[in-house]
Amino acid sequence: MSDTSFHNASPARVRDPELRDYFDLLKPRVMSLVVFTALVGLLVAPVDVHPFVIFSSILFIAIGAGASGALNMWWDADIDEVMRRTSRRPVPAGRVGAGEALGLGLGLSLLSVMMLALSANMAAAAWLAFTIFFYAVIYSMWLKRSTPQNIVIGGAAGAFPPMIGWVVATGSVSLEAVLMFALIFMWTPPHFWALALFMKDDYSKAGVPMLTVTHGHAVTRTHIWWYTVALATLAVGMAFSTIGGPIYLATALVLNGMFLKGAWAIWRRTTPEAEADNFSVEKRFFRLSLLYLFLHFGALLADATLARLGLWGGWL
Amino acid sequence: MTLRATHELHERRKGRNIGVAALLVGFAAILFGLSVVKVSEHGPIQRFDHVVRPELVPAPTPAETEN
Repeated sequence: MSDTSFHNASPARVRDPELRDYFDLLKPRVMSLVVFTALVGLLVAPVDVHPFVIFSSILFIAIGAGASGALNMWWDADIDEVMRRTSRRPVPAGRVGAGEALGLGLGLSLLSVMMLALSANMAAAAWLAFTIFFYAVIYSMWLKRSTPQNIVIGGAAGAFPPMIGWVVATGSVSLEAVLMFALIFMWTPPHFWALALFMKDDYSKAGVPMLTVTHGHAVTRTHIWWYTVALATLAVGMAFSTIGGPIYLATALVLNGMFLKGAWAIWRRTTPEAEADNFSVEKRFFRLSLLYLFLHFGALLADATLARLGLWGGWL
Repeated sequence: MTLRATHELHERRKGRNIGVAALLVGFAAILFGLSVVKVSEHGPIQRFDHVVRPELVPAPTPAETEN
């Protein structure tokens, strides 16, 4: 007789969950990106914030992001089970019950919003609450299963963290915060569509209407190119805002040149050509997109550091 | 079936319980730290204490200074 028979566990449960399984519900890799972009958003703001307030605010923003990840895993368990990329997540793998994911997601959402209000201000807490709602309800429950534009609009959820970081420091949204939001917002579609090109079976099996499934690869390739053109224009233009500087400008010029080159290569080739080399161009573009975002935000932080040290005083 | 103190179930849950305890202690530490920072952000707190302290009396306006 096994001890699991004492509980009314779901049939899919394979064993008692460990703390690590609950942590995996929070999508740690997404959380690390949230921590980094929110921290940059906070540090580039022209306001000094106490280090402990920075630490606690970033922690609660990360917990809020993790909570929305848990809610997403609760809602999308059926999709995750079918897709190879996500089948080992705690709920489809039977390590954590769907109800537990829901409870953890709701509990941490409430905790993170309340604590961010205490740690920073009400405006930042309100933005965090909206972000969780946007990711869990607007994206996961509505857009993801209903429109091929799911990634475009849903990408906003991932774009809010630097804006929340800025609001933690300043108490309000300004142009710089919107620019950082726009950078991630415009980056998300080419990033995910490149992934969808070489994960094509996953999305069609799960019935998720990704652009690759509903409109085909040729249209997706065209979309990647034009979104990259718009992204590059925005990213380079940001260099001339008050949060930009020489390091950011140099970084943006190099990275956007590489990104445009990659998007062009994706646009100019066909699916048979891509299949012949196992989507090497698309995979390289996807890996570059991760570096792209990290280095852009890193460069913003570097310029803010120069400004704080008095080594950079703006373009005018 | 009787669960003995050394049952494998306890061993398995031990790590989880220690983790939860560590999270609770960490949370309490954050609340304490935040309280300290928030209170000290506004400087020393003073109120009326039965004797007049000049630093608590509002500064005179320019008109009052002229008279």
